[in-house]
Amino acid sequence: MEAELNIDKAGWTPPGYLDTADVIEVQRAPEPGGLGGLYRAFGETLRGLKTTFGRLIEGPLTIQYPEEKTPVYPRFRGRHKLHRFEDTGLEKCVGCSLCAAACPADCIRVVAAENTPDHRVSAGERYAEVYEINLSRCIFCGYCEIACPFDAITMGHDYELSDYNRSDLIFTKEMLLADPVERTPLRREGE
Amino acid sequence: MTLPVADTQFVEATGVWIVKSLVIFGFIFAVVPLLTLFERKMIGRFQNRYGPNRVGPFGLLQPLADVIKLISKEQSHPRTAAPLLMALAPAISILTAVASLAIIPFGDVREGFGTKYGLYGIDVNIGLLYAFAFGSLAFYGVMLGGWASGSKYSFLGAMRSAAQLISYEVSLALALIGVVMMAGSLSLVDIVKQQHAIWYVVPQFVGLLVFTVTGLAELNRAPFDLPEADAELVAGYNTEFAGMRLGSYLLAEYLNMIVIAGLAAAMFLGGWRGPGPGYLDPLWMILKMLVFIWFFIWVRATLPRFRYDQLMSFGWKVLLPLATLNLLVTAILVTVL
Repeated sequence: MEAELNIDKAGWTPPGYLDTADVIEVQRAPEPGGLGGLYRAFGETLRGLKTTFGRLIEGPLTIQYPEEKTPVYPRFRGRHKLHRFEDTGLEKCVGCSLCAAACPADCIRVVAAENTPDHRVSAGERYAEVYEINLSRCIFCGYCEIACPFDAITMGHDYELSDYNRSDLIFTKEMLLADPVERTPLRREGE
Repeated sequence: MTLPVADTQFVEATGVWIVKSLVIFGFIFAVVPLLTLFERKMIGRFQNRYGPNRVGPFGLLQPLADVIKLISKEQSHPRTAAPLLMALAPAISILTAVASLAIIPFGDVREGFGTKYGLYGIDVNIGLLYAFAFGSLAFYGVMLGGWASGSKYSFLGAMRSAAQLISYEVSLALALIGVVMMAGSLSLVDIVKQQHAIWYVVPQFVGLLVFTVTGLAELNRAPFDLPEADAELVAGYNTEFAGMRLGSYLLAEYLNMIVIAGLAAAMFLGGWRGPGPGYLDPLWMILKMLVFIWFFIWVRATLPRFRYDQLMSFGWKVLLPLATLNLLVTAILVTVL
């Protein structure tokens, strides 16, 4: 069709539009059978063989999982991490329980306690005495990360979280604070 | 002594026969597991995968693991089955497959170890007929197995297999008769010897084409694997089989693949002929067989299964006329030239 459709100009129909637009040309496949059909079937078979041979040339695309891992994007939401201040070593979490309130799966349990001068855990008035995330409940929505006023909890990149029983999936504060084992490769720019 | 040894002008000693049969048997049981691995690896490559590579280096121990699994499985049968026949049927399949392997020639007659021996099982003067005979008998293994299982899926699979074998055997034979006419002999050894000037793949290209397609049907391999169409028949005639009985069926299937590849290599690709010294002959033969086996795997990775009516009309309306036409033209040319 030589007429170009111009949608900006409402009400305007391109020249020749009405003459051609309603005419639908149906391209039918040739009738099967007969010598022609046999010839086409043979050709298509060869085409199919060519296609699979192309895959052979390409080589495997498999990622050998336990040895090789799929890199994740920087914003990938994996297992949570709790953070400390790098200079003082104090925990960022002040035990405000906003994460627990934001959690739609109700998998975070925080019990706060007062900081005392001789027992100072966090930078604020209070600290989290108990901080547990039940990862068998967690849906990895990242709302805890958003709710946290001190960036004390963030989502990490770790996705290898299977275990043999459920109680092992309740991560305590020590486990979440521990330096993470970097076992998940991060996707590089342009990858 | 009159033995079915045709034009080789000599009779091999009994000891040689025994050694040869042992070698053939050992060869088979060493090669078939490797072939299954080769097939799975190739299918994987055709689908951008690696295929089995976890058991042993390069997955080389995968067949061993498979066989151990099969051996350790329980033999069970449905209440409606005929247990004796179920035990017998896979044996028939294996027997016919091994028997037809005997005529595949891997080399010419040679001297050594104080005697003369040919690098083939036997060189019967009815050569190809022998292969066809055992090919037809193989169908009893499938049919008995399917019927004796006492299950609908098995029975349907067996019926399909019977119908398929009968309709494709005709074209298979006709495709090869062109070669037989050109060589003037049924013996595979003679046919290979006749190809000193030109491999029969050139004058008998149509024959090779028809033979490859019907061979695939004869092997019940994709795209002609209707007898064991997993989508509709669970596993066809071997639905009710488990353990090493199932293993025997699978073994027989791969053996038949070797036989068909061997027939094709001997009849169309000049058998053991190839450059290099004489002791390389078996290697050339194996290489040529591998080409066919690889092609079968390639086809399996490519084509979807035929519908039943397509299978029948393809066999009777396309392959049979093509094979007959090829036969006619060959006959005329052989007489005229």
